[in-house]
Amino acid sequence: MPSDRSFFHNGFVGPLLEVVGLSSGYGPVRAVHQADLHVRAGELVAIVGGNGAGKTTLLHTLSGLHPASGGCVRFAGQDITRWPPHRIVAAGICQVPEGRLVFAPLSVEDNLRLGAFRQRRDQDWIRQEMERVYALFPILAERRQQLAGTLSGGQQQMLAIGRAMLGRPRLLLLDEPSMGLAPLLVEEIFRVIVELNSRGVTVLLVEQNARAALAIAGRGYILETGRIAKTASATELLADDAIRRAYLGY
Amino acid sequence: MLDQLFQFLVTGITVGSIYALVGLGFALIYNASDVVNFAQGEFVMLGAMTAIALLAAGLPLPLAAIVATTIVVIVGLLLERFAIEPALGASVVATIIITIGAAIFLRGIAMLLWGKDFRSLPPFSGDTPIRIGSATLLPQSLWVLGVTVALVVLVRLFFDRTLVGKALLACSFNRAAAKLVGINVRVMLRLAYGLSAGFGALAGILVAPITFSSYEAGVMLGLKGFSAAIVGGIGNPMGAVTGGLLLGVLESLGAGFISSGYKDAIAFLFVLMVLFFEPTGLFGHKTAERV
Repeated sequence: MPSDRSFFHNGFVGPLLEVVGLSSGYGPVRAVHQADLHVRAGELVAIVGGNGAGKTTLLHTLSGLHPASGGCVRFAGQDITRWPPHRIVAAGICQVPEGRLVFAPLSVEDNLRLGAFRQRRDQDWIRQEMERVYALFPILAERRQQLAGTLSGGQQQMLAIGRAMLGRPRLLLLDEPSMGLAPLLVEEIFRVIVELNSRGVTVLLVEQNARAALAIAGRGYILETGRIAKTASATELLADDAIRRAYLGY
Repeated sequence: MLDQLFQFLVTGITVGSIYALVGLGFALIYNASDVVNFAQGEFVMLGAMTAIALLAAGLPLPLAAIVATTIVVIVGLLLERFAIEPALGASVVATIIITIGAAIFLRGIAMLLWGKDFRSLPPFSGDTPIRIGSATLLPQSLWVLGVTVALVVLVRLFFDRTLVGKALLACSFNRAAAKLVGINVRVMLRLAYGLSAGFGALAGILVAPITFSSYEAGVMLGLKGFSAAIVGGIGNPMGAVTGGLLLGVLESLGAGFISSGYKDAIAFLFVLMVLFFEPTGLFGHKTAERV
């Protein structure tokens, strides 16, 4: 059982992230419908679901990129449902977006520095964290002056994760980090996610690659057409016949 | 012939510097939002007309220039706040049309305030020409060149060396990603509009002693500045500067050696040629990006 660090941080008892009845969509189209979920400090939680299940919309809503049409999001006890994205980042929710979205015409180092945009007063911390990111992904250290757009897909994914780490996350949101990567690279990326989690970063991982995600997660949610269809420990979900057939393909 | 050439070059570089400053304004806003701000020329006109009015009201010239620039910066911020920000979710084309509307609005206000007369500022440091060989240089040209060089260096440093400058670029590279690293996109937009308005106003004040100004002066200057920006590759500040200088020199050579009546035609023909052969501009992004 991971210790609940937020309990010591601000006398708050309860999950770090608590989502209650959250709905979100585009006009009349409901992409996320009445979703309930929570992530306790220190956990690694996976949300799996197929294409168009609402995974990305859910994460966009958590980060404030997309407005919620109902329900609420609480982070460390604060209602952040209507906060603008930059405030949510400052509070400690950092996202690695789907498709990486690195700043292609800027160097690797500049991308990382921009990741620390809200931490820019703390240059000492930025230097240390940058070294930690470079230690985690040595290839980025070799290419720190290279333009991000010229990196390979896997390297861009590493950069996107590094950039989010420089935001000093208390909760790291990852949207489909395995997308478009070769199996070996997926393994590498997932190993790093586990490592970050073991260093104390709380992780909410959204994945279509259910097997890989549930293999490293402690708990999981199944998202189907915008609704949370099931939640259980990752081991139980992996053993569930229906889920195996629908998402794991064996 | 050679003396003439030199004279035309000097004139061209002076005028080109003004285009460069206007072009820089375009590049700044484009960098922050992918929007071409067609009210940029109006910032130039407002800078000149406000400074002229303040001088007439009894303010000393340096103070009039500073106050006028400040006022235009405020106009730029108000434009952003009340015309651009409410349309933040709209398409780029819709936003561009809003800036065209804003330009017409600002022109109308200027006409109501100052009528249709042509006005000008006195030169900053007298009008005794400086002789270089057989060519002459107006002291005002030196002002134009000096301020342009200083501003260009500052812009360069801003984008290359400061995190805020890079954050501004990040907003145009990918707005969602910029938000996700905690950049407040609205603040960046305000910054871009404020800076652009300031650059435009300074260009207007610098050029006011050389050419006459009126409520309509922004139209042509805005177009030339826009041309400078696209010739150089829109979004590339240094490209805008080079584009402005090229445009100014070509115009001046054309006016001198062919006919001053074709001055604008030559400039726009050049723009068309550049876009025909190099659609992203001379120094535009050759996109190198893996997906």
